[in-house]
Amino acid sequence: MFIIGELINGMYPVIAKAIIDKDKAVIQQYALKQVACGASALDINCGPASRQPLIDMPWLIETVQDVTNLTLCLDSSKISVIEAGLKAAKNKTIINSTTADKDKLNIIIPLALKYNSSLIGLAMSAKGIPQNKDQRLELAAEIITACLESGFPVENLYLDPILMPVNVAQAQLKDILESIHEFKFISQPSPKTVVGLSNISQGTNSRNLINRSFLTMAIAYGLDSAILDPLDNQLLDALITAELIMNKNIYCASYLDAYRKK
Amino acid sequence: MVEHPLIEKWASQIASITLGACKSEGGSRSKILNIGGQNTLPLLFKEGKIPNPPRIAFEVWDQAPGDWPVELVNALGKNILDPFKWAEYCVKECQAELLCVKLVSFHPDYGNKQPELAGKFIKDLLKRVEVPLIIIGCGDHAVDNSILPIVSEAAKGERCLIGSALQDNYKTLVASVLADGHSIIAESPIDVNIAKQLNILISDMGLSLERIVINPTIGALGYGLEYAYSIMERARLAALSGDKTLACPFICFAGQEAWRANEAKLSPQHGIIWETITASALIQAGADILVIRHPSAAEKLNKHIKNLFS
Repeated sequence: MFIIGELINGMYPVIAKAIIDKDKAVIQQYALKQVACGASALDINCGPASRQPLIDMPWLIETVQDVTNLTLCLDSSKISVIEAGLKAAKNKTIINSTTADKDKLNIIIPLALKYNSSLIGLAMSAKGIPQNKDQRLELAAEIITACLESGFPVENLYLDPILMPVNVAQAQLKDILESIHEFKFISQPSPKTVVGLSNISQGTNSRNLINRSFLTMAIAYGLDSAILDPLDNQLLDALITAELIMNKNIYCASYLDAYRKK
Repeated sequence: MVEHPLIEKWASQIASITLGACKSEGGSRSKILNIGGQNTLPLLFKEGKIPNPPRIAFEVWDQAPGDWPVELVNALGKNILDPFKWAEYCVKECQAELLCVKLVSFHPDYGNKQPELAGKFIKDLLKRVEVPLIIIGCGDHAVDNSILPIVSEAAKGERCLIGSALQDNYKTLVASVLADGHSIIAESPIDVNIAKQLNILISDMGLSLERIVINPTIGALGYGLEYAYSIMERARLAALSGDKTLACPFICFAGQEAWRANEAKLSPQHGIIWETITASALIQAGADILVIRHPSAAEKLNKHIKNLFS
C-alpha cells in the first residue's frame, strides 16, 4: 500500500499555527513522525485558514523536503497553489487533485507532464458527486481518456472514487468498493486507485473503527493507495494484515514491524 | 504483426556481498569474489543486470569423511586424509575460486576436538590457500557457539562467510561476525517465513542485511528439489518487489544433498550427474553460491555457468 500521510494539513490547528508562525520544527516533526510510522508519501495542504497559500505551500514543501526525500502530495483545489508547490519541490510529487472537468484536465495534465508529477483524479465534476458506480466509472474513463490523449502515463494516475461519509451516503459504499476494483479494467496499463480514508467516518463517533474496517475491505478490492493517518497504530496494523492476507507481503513472526521498517 | 517482448522491471535488487579481503584491505586473499547484486530473476539478462555469475564453492572437511560414497572418495584420492592437502588440491588442481570448510572434527560424535584448536586450524588453512573461505560449524549448537567465535576471530579481516545462524541459535555467531568483519549464513528449514524472520532478528542485532547470505535448505533432485525451488522463487520475487528483508543472496549445499540420494550411488557416473543436475536446477532457482563435492561436477557446472553467462 502506498500510504500518503495526511497530517500536514492547515485544517489541524497545530499545523495552522505553525504555518502562521513559520515554525519549521513543528512541521518537520509531523513529517518525520509519519515517515517513522510507515508513510510512503506526505500530503501537504495549507488548509482553509491560509491567507497566502502561494507563499505557504512552497514554504511547507521546502520545510518538509529538508528532512525527508519522500514523495510529496500537493493538496489544493487552486491550480496556482499547486504550481507554486511544484516549482519548489525537489522530491517526487503527486498533484492532489483534478476533477473530471475538461477545462481543469486541460490545465492540470500539462502541468503534471511539465513537472514530471503523478496525479490524483477525482471521479467527480462540476455537476457534483456521482451517485452510483456507473457515474463513477464514466468520470474515471473521462480522466483516463484525457491522460491518454495528452500522453500522460496512466500508471502515474491515481483515481479516487470519492469516498462518502457512512452517515451521509451509506447506500453508496458498496458501489465505491466495486469502483475501486473496476477502475483497474478501464485501461491497460491500469491506473492506480486512492481514497481519502477519513472521509468515510466524518461526523461519526467511531471514526477509527470505521476507517480501518473500510480500509481492510478496500484492500480486498485491490486499493493501491490511501491518504490516512499513519500514526493510528491499529489502522496500520489492520492495513498490514489485510495486505498480508492478499499475499502482497511474505508472512513472518514480526511482520507488523518488518512492514513499517521497509 | 510485430511482437513486443514483455519486459519486467523490478523495484529492488539483491544485496551485493564481497567474499575475501586482499592484503590492501587487511586480509591475505589473492583474489576476492562478489556475489549477488542482480535486479532481476535468474538468467533473465534482458530484464536487468546480473553482475555476478553463480559461484562454485568446493566442500572441504577438516577430517576425512567416514561415510562418503566410494566414487567421491576415489575422485579426491588421498588428499581427503589431510584437510590442507584437500584444500590445496581443490585450488591448484581443480581451480577452485572459493572453498567451503566444514569443521566436522569438533562434533561430539565425530572427533570431539578441543574448541581452541579451531583457531589454529583456520589460521593454518588461510596460510595454505589464498582463495576466500566459507566456514561452517559442526552442526552441534553448543559446540558451534564455542568454536565459531574462535574461528571468526582467527580469520578477522579476511571477510569470510560463516555459518550457520539458525532461528533458535544465532546471537553468538552474529556478535562474532559483526565484530570481525565477516558475513553470515542464515539457515532456515525450507521455510520462507522463517528465512525472513531470521534475517530480521539478525539485522536487529546490528548486522546489516547486506552481510547475510540465505541458506534456504534444499532437497536434491527427486528429494524435494521442486519445493526448495518454489521457496527460493517466492523469496526472490518478494525481494525484487521491494522486500529488503529477503533481498540476500542464496547459498545452496547441492553436493551434500545430491550425494545422499540413493540414485547417486548406483554407478560412478550417477553421483556426478545427480550433483550436476541438482545444482543446475538451483542456478535456475537463483542460487548465488553452490557448494559442490565432486571435482567433475564442479567442472561441468563451471562450463554450464560460462555458457549461460557468455
